[in-house]
Amino acid sequence: MSGSYKDETLKRVSENGSGAKSAMADVISDETIAYVGILAKIDLSPKEKEQAQKDMGEMLDYIDKLNELDTSGVLPASHIFSVGNVFREDIVTNGDGSKEALANAPAKKGGGFAAPKTIG
Amino acid sequence: MSLMSLTATELGRKIQAKEVSVKEAVEAALSAIAAKEETIGSFVTIDEKYAKKRAGEVQKQIRDGTLKSPIAGVPVAIKDNLCTKGIRTTCSSRMLEHFIPSYTAEAVVNLERAGAVLIGKTNMDEFAMGSTTETSYFGVTRNPWNTDYAPGGSSGGSCAAVAAEECSYALGTDTGGSIRQPSAFCGVTGIKPTYGTVSRYGLIAYGSSLDQIGPIAKDVSDCAAVLEVISSWDRKDATSIKRQDLNFTAALLDDVRGMRIGMPKDYFGEGLDDEVKKAVLAAAKILEEKGAVVEEFDLGLVEYAVPAYYVIACAEASSNLARFDGIKYGYRTKEFDGLHQMYQKSRSEGFGQEVKRRILLGSFVLSSGYYDAYYLKALSVKSLIKREFDKAFAKYDVILGPAAPSAAPKIGSSLSNPIRMYLGDVYTVAANLAGLPGIALPCGKNSRNLPIGLQMTGDCFQEKNIIRAAYAYEQARKERRI
Repeated sequence: MSGSYKDETLKRVSENGSGAKSAMADVISDETIAYVGILAKIDLSPKEKEQAQKDMGEMLDYIDKLNELDTSGVLPASHIFSVGNVFREDIVTNGDGSKEALANAPAKKGGGFAAPKTIG
Repeated sequence: MSLMSLTATELGRKIQAKEVSVKEAVEAALSAIAAKEETIGSFVTIDEKYAKKRAGEVQKQIRDGTLKSPIAGVPVAIKDNLCTKGIRTTCSSRMLEHFIPSYTAEAVVNLERAGAVLIGKTNMDEFAMGSTTETSYFGVTRNPWNTDYAPGGSSGGSCAAVAAEECSYALGTDTGGSIRQPSAFCGVTGIKPTYGTVSRYGLIAYGSSLDQIGPIAKDVSDCAAVLEVISSWDRKDATSIKRQDLNFTAALLDDVRGMRIGMPKDYFGEGLDDEVKKAVLAAAKILEEKGAVVEEFDLGLVEYAVPAYYVIACAEASSNLARFDGIKYGYRTKEFDGLHQMYQKSRSEGFGQEVKRRILLGSFVLSSGYYDAYYLKALSVKSLIKREFDKAFAKYDVILGPAAPSAAPKIGSSLSNPIRMYLGDVYTVAANLAGLPGIALPCGKNSRNLPIGLQMTGDCFQEKNIIRAAYAYEQARKERRI
């Protein structure tokens, strides 16, 4: 870490924690948290929502540090090595694994996973 | 003296020489576990029956000469995010509390083929998300050097088990430092190999582009020997790489003459504990005395690695952990109204706080409107970081620095301030972003008698450089009783 970068970050974090509103904390509205909860399929209690809002706001403020860097013209690296697609022949090597696949199912029915009704 | 005081390869040699039976080795591990588990808590699951059965099989193969591996018959502990057929694999999460895999992770298959005897599954931060092993659903693991302190994480159980001599060696996984940081905190040695070296098949994914499996052991020789066994090209992992030279033990040379070692100036600035700094600089001096060319240099972008890492890791986690929906395996909530509520309640009840925090952040940075600003930005920064390392490795064989900014933290002191905890990963995450191999090994103790760890990072596919430098340092450390 360069110089007092860590201290600055922590200072910023603790200031946010003590009431001073940050830029991203404003963006992370109740609606945003509710929307992210839907995307993540996670149901948050009112208390958890409040905590998530604070945590996410602080984290995004910190992540905003990346904007100090000019990345125009830089290709996003999804992978480190320049490997192309990996193809192989579609040869069946395993047998009927249905019994194994179902072994950990919370509920099963007629050789399949039992799930709640999805279409009314 | 317990057989668990020997290194894995020392014990392996005694087993090959018929001085020790596999049964005796396994019993030594199990009795150490029985004596120490209550205080340390390294394991989630101990499978005595399986270990004893395996001991018999392996002994037979050693006797008839079919098993000659240096680790044949040696007891190993496996981090609980690596699938083991018939042995429950929990990721230290309520979500997988009762999950029994129907297949074994490729790295573990490779170990067992070489005659390793699996004795149990080690505790970890839930889904490997954490730096202290405190986010485990099954309770904390304690640092064997001082049980008021955390072992580090997320492979804290594996490192504590090795340090407490409950097994001869272990496997861990490293997404942002999860092998190297707890190895440093527990005074053991751990290697994170180049991305793609060890198959991730059967590793329950956290950040797929960052995750690597690696060895944790008492010394560099053991790590090199185990890495040779677990490394393989595997069709079942599309990111697996066919490497020509996996002869890592050939690099166990006590000779660093002419090796070029660079120390990033930014790794030794404010924020680094004084005692850690002193110990790491002393280690650098030793390498210099042994003939290495050691110099400081400017490694750019050091302070951008942690924020880039958390965007990428959380994004991948939110996608990888979407599979836990209460349908196919894992926890399902008891009462629900319809499919969507079942998903939501199962996930909300099955995941712990840190996992939910990261899934939420990951879902946000991947969401429409924020994807470019956060996720693609982080991937672009990853490209820039990789370039910085390319420049550095044009000049140096090894980059040397601390494994963590301090020694182990006290239990209960880390989780309340997530960003402070994440900043502790500053020296380790860059290797994951750039796919580089790294090793952490002990280089002394602080005034509280807690271990301090040194880290060496090499260029992609250059494990041999870090193994050689680490081995040479280790020899000097033993001679000088550091």
